[in-house]
Amino acid sequence: MNDSLVIAGKSYGSRLLVGTGKYKDFDETRAAIDASGAEIVTVAIRRTNIGQNPGEPNLLDVLPPEKFTILPNTAGCYTADDAVRTLRLARELLDGHALVKLEVLGDPKTLFPNMPETLKAAEVLVKDGFDVMVYCADDPIQAKMLEDMGCAAVMPLASLIGSGMGILNPWNLRLIIDQANVPVLVDAGVGTASDAAIAMELGCDGVLMNTAIAHAQNPVLMASAMKKAVECGREAFLAGRMPRKFYTADPSSPTSGLIGS
Amino acid sequence: MIQLIINGQPERLEQALTVHALLEARQLAGKRLAVERNGEIVPKGRHAETLLADGDRLEIVVAVGGG
Repeated sequence: MNDSLVIAGKSYGSRLLVGTGKYKDFDETRAAIDASGAEIVTVAIRRTNIGQNPGEPNLLDVLPPEKFTILPNTAGCYTADDAVRTLRLARELLDGHALVKLEVLGDPKTLFPNMPETLKAAEVLVKDGFDVMVYCADDPIQAKMLEDMGCAAVMPLASLIGSGMGILNPWNLRLIIDQANVPVLVDAGVGTASDAAIAMELGCDGVLMNTAIAHAQNPVLMASAMKKAVECGREAFLAGRMPRKFYTADPSSPTSGLIGS
Repeated sequence: MIQLIINGQPERLEQALTVHALLEARQLAGKRLAVERNGEIVPKGRHAETLLADGDRLEIVVAVGGG
């Protein structure tokens, strides 16, 4: 079955996108990403050491951009200006690559997005030719605004970044999914495989996660579990679940031909 | 002698260097990185011709693990 995820005109076989933070070392990062089957991997952009630590390994040597679609993020940015500047540096770093993850944070405790700044940055980036995948609040109105502005994908949180609290807002996610004409991905909140399956069963086009894999007791095994969960949730969504029958049972076995009748 | 701010740190150079020469001196030449000078990107193709000036503010960034 050809069921690829299309973002900004490019097809991907995997609907699981993964972050590269919080791993023990680059070997574990690469092993977990390979087990996840993810083709799109997020990275952060940070100041390099300026000669204090020569020969320091570089993440892009472990995850070569020829093999993975690198999705630079703006994690840690609290203003539209900082986010735009960061992504212009990322585009230069990645030789003109346009696909980016925009996130403008509003508060260090919750890492909730600052939506006015997010909208402002999205507008500038889209005009500047970026394909913007945008971390956003689970607000259908603002998700639609981002889509109308030309964002390539909207990525509402399911619960707080790094919290592992799971899908706390299925109704809002459904409202966003039902109205969207661009891919909707859950970005943030997934804690274990069933959370990823639930997101996909709701009709999300994909799931982006980092901590759920990196902070599992066995990250490589959890990456494999997440790969299957996203696939199984997607198949269940496409299959179409049976309608719920409240307060009424419906036997699966024949009601006639019972012995002694 | 020129004075620069590189990644937020004040730095002195004996003489004005190009971006490329600075990266070489810091053993960063050829690495996957990006340079911004006074808020503007310096494309890789122009590292060799971009001469740093007194008071320049540089940001030199790489990709690191993140979500």
